[in-house]
Amino acid sequence: MAGVASHAFGSRAHAARFERNPAAREPAAVKWIIITVSMLFFASFLLLPLYAVFSEALRKGWQAYWEALVEPDAVASMRLTLLAAAIAVPLNLVFGIAAAWAIAKHDFRGKHVLVTLIDLPFSVSPVIAGLVYILVFGAQGWFGPWLSEHDIKIVFAVPGIILATIFVTVPFVARELIPLMEAQGREEEEAALVLGATGWQTFFRVTLPNIKWGLLYGVILCNARAMGEFGAVSVVSGHIRGQTNTMPLQVEILYNEYNFAAAFAVASLLALLALVTLVIKTVIEWRLGREPHPIGAP
Amino acid sequence: MSIRVENIQRSFGAFKALDGVTLDFPTGELVALLGPSGCGKTTLLRIIAGLDFADSGRILLDGEDASSTHVRERKVGFVFQHYALFRHMTVFENVAFGLRVKRKGRPLDKVIRAKVTELLKLVQLDWLADRYPAQLSGGQRQRIALARALAVGPSVLLLDEPFGALDAKVRKELRRWLRRLHDELHITSIFVTHDQEEALELADRVVVMNRGKVEQVGAAEDVYSNPATPFVYEFLGAVNEFRGNVVGEGLQVGTDVIPQVGRGYGNGQQVVGFARPHELDIVVDHANTNVGVPARVNRILSFGPVARIELSRLNGGGETTEQQFEVQLPAQRLAELQLTTGQAVRLLSSRLRLFDQGSVK
Repeated sequence: MAGVASHAFGSRAHAARFERNPAAREPAAVKWIIITVSMLFFASFLLLPLYAVFSEALRKGWQAYWEALVEPDAVASMRLTLLAAAIAVPLNLVFGIAAAWAIAKHDFRGKHVLVTLIDLPFSVSPVIAGLVYILVFGAQGWFGPWLSEHDIKIVFAVPGIILATIFVTVPFVARELIPLMEAQGREEEEAALVLGATGWQTFFRVTLPNIKWGLLYGVILCNARAMGEFGAVSVVSGHIRGQTNTMPLQVEILYNEYNFAAAFAVASLLALLALVTLVIKTVIEWRLGREPHPIGAP
Repeated sequence: MSIRVENIQRSFGAFKALDGVTLDFPTGELVALLGPSGCGKTTLLRIIAGLDFADSGRILLDGEDASSTHVRERKVGFVFQHYALFRHMTVFENVAFGLRVKRKGRPLDKVIRAKVTELLKLVQLDWLADRYPAQLSGGQRQRIALARALAVGPSVLLLDEPFGALDAKVRKELRRWLRRLHDELHITSIFVTHDQEEALELADRVVVMNRGKVEQVGAAEDVYSNPATPFVYEFLGAVNEFRGNVVGEGLQVGTDVIPQVGRGYGNGQQVVGFARPHELDIVVDHANTNVGVPARVNRILSFGPVARIELSRLNGGGETTEQQFEVQLPAQRLAELQLTTGQAVRLLSSRLRLFDQGSVK
């Protein structure tokens, strides 16, 4: 997942050169079989469900679709999803840059520990993450009595959902930036320093412009996950209609109530989000690919 | 600005990068730090710039201790080996950077524009102002990097292997160009290089370093013709080595003698004699003699005005050994000798430079 943006491009020209060379070319049959297999796979496992979502959502017509979307509980779920993303993404943006900066440009004790920790949300099941928050902040949890004394609700309330969302989206920005910043090295920052720039000036005028596309890429992925997360959020949510349901949870509830049209209507919004994410991602990759190659690499 | 470093120590773990280096860099001079990779020359340069720090020792800029002065306030211009141009900025913005980030007394846009244009003219690249670094050749990038460093009006210019990443032809051009530029601007400049030719050709003074220590400091001519240590001798050019004892005024190598090598060493002392390829002569008509070191001709490269002859040393029994020699002769001399490959000859030199055997690894 990490570094997708930075590695995918250089190989393109190479592949073409390899293929045009008769001495290196594989039989055409091999190529077409591979292409057919992967196309069939993607069509049946990715495109078909996507089509199903939209056709189910619109089965009862646009009118019913629209009504399902403006239904108060659905609107509340959208609002909560947007809120969770609006808090989790900026926080992870700041944390991601800080962590990537620390790892890529500094040497310190415990660097490997930090790298491993950043990956933790990828390696732990989201459900476990949710359970951890219950264990810590729940009524029977460590801080439970203290929290209820002070009348603060975290679990089965909005703060819990936001915490869970932050947890599962931690790696995206940092993972995207670390290889990028490591590849760019320290020299440009040193040059800025010698030329009299302060730390802030160096960051905003040199570091940030150099990582902006990778950063945007990480933010997009982070946002997609923040809005789409189900497991961790499901555990801490408590499924209170109109209050602690995010869109994925709302879809599940509607579906379990056999309200398929409404469930797929909300689901179609999530699918749309995925499509938009994909488009933005492609645009960024295209921009990254056109970006002048890192200079000075020996 | 004059620079003085005093007793600089710097270690990376167990590795001693700099081991008690003391040097003076007088105002307006162009000095080369020359040495093999890992000798500490770049570390020293970075410590002077403030990009690295010394474990102990002092750096004096114009006589004032600058050890704790921030990089920003040291007024140094630094040119990096791999240019370190800001890749997302145009050439113009790269050069303007140092002026734009000034917090006190930042010049007006008009002034910046004029200054940058002037600098780009100085490096003869004003026609590239709107390009991005990736669109430039290596030599052009390096000149832009220099213009950028000069923009802030540094009192010292530090260049880290400035031509290291360029091909031979461009390197030679830039070398001359940099020398002219220095003669115009007279900024105290230090550059790091591992290329002895570059150091000798370009610098007013050369500092030869090895394993974190200074081996010799002097003018190019001085360092080249009077190397202070065996290391300097070997590092500055091709070398032929003769191990033996001093006998009178000659050097006895095995059973043979190279006469008249000079004085300064007592009879019987164990020494190593060094000679450059052009300081050796070949003689052919010494059948029953022990004057000159016997060798067999392996190869004759006779293109150009100077011929190169590669030889293997012969032992007492006339068999070839591992030891190789290289001799340079004027083409005319080669014609006189009428050498052929495989021929046994003797080598002589009147300019052997002797070192105590203990000082040679």
